[in-house]
Amino acid sequence: MSGFARHRRSGRVIATFTGFEADLLRSLTSQLVELLRNERAAPTGGDPLEAMFDFSGPTSEPEDPVLRRLFPTAYPDDEEAAAEFRRFTEGTLRDGKADAAAAIIDALEEAGLPPLLEEEGLVIDVELDEGEATAWLRSFTDVRLALATRLGVEEGDEDYWHTLPDDDPRAQAHDIYEWVGYLQETLVDALSG
Amino acid sequence: MCHDERVSAPSPVEVEPDLRPDESTFVAKPWVTIVWNDPVNLMSYVTFVFTKYFGYDKKKAEKLMLEVHHDGKSVVSTGSREEMERDVQAMHEYGLWATMEHDS
Repeated sequence: MSGFARHRRSGRVIATFTGFEADLLRSLTSQLVELLRNERAAPTGGDPLEAMFDFSGPTSEPEDPVLRRLFPTAYPDDEEAAAEFRRFTEGTLRDGKADAAAAIIDALEEAGLPPLLEEEGLVIDVELDEGEATAWLRSFTDVRLALATRLGVEEGDEDYWHTLPDDDPRAQAHDIYEWVGYLQETLVDALSG
Repeated sequence: MCHDERVSAPSPVEVEPDLRPDESTFVAKPWVTIVWNDPVNLMSYVTFVFTKYFGYDKKKAEKLMLEVHHDGKSVVSTGSREEMERDVQAMHEYGLWATMEHDS
């Protein structure tokens, strides 16, 4: 596990994953795509007739806490302005995030990750241009926000997670959260260099 | 915000040239974009976003990042309502928790 680096000559961002790591990244990003495309981003409540003619976008906060974190309320003290902002931005943001996550899956599969990982010792090399690498970086943020929201991660709680027994599924999920954080750190470095 | 080891010491506060209140002109009260602290985003990533999106130099980006980290929030841009809506949307695209309000 060495994370991302900038290839000196080509300037491209490169990383090598084991089959297991690539499969894990695919699984995380697939879940993100599913969440983003699943819960209907449509207006709810209010006048049912009005709602039927309103195809433009959601005006109320999403139900799911992860989606609420990914699409925060822009105007905390102005409900009407917040609804308008959401109507005009949430659909675009959702599509952008889902597309970025889907692009990671595509890149891993193009790099040789089979639909079903059975082979041992598989090595997946990815090579990204700056735009692609920035999209990966944003998507890693979304994955980390999703995991952290589900786990209830708080400021300065690192010690707590390490006291959990190894076989606690929350400890395992937190390990994955930290791993994606590590990848993200190396990716920021590669892009800043 | 999540700690990492690579952040340098806070830089001296930069003073932005202020709009002078002038009774003879109608200077609309500006809007501001605020980024809030969260326990997830890495300090290096937040700095990267401020550099990349706003075009701030590293010193300014780190100063704003540290404000978010230590004070819980920071005003990261100022402008018209439309401009701030664009900035807030961009921050959400990057996964930062941003809101906007009328500057007070």
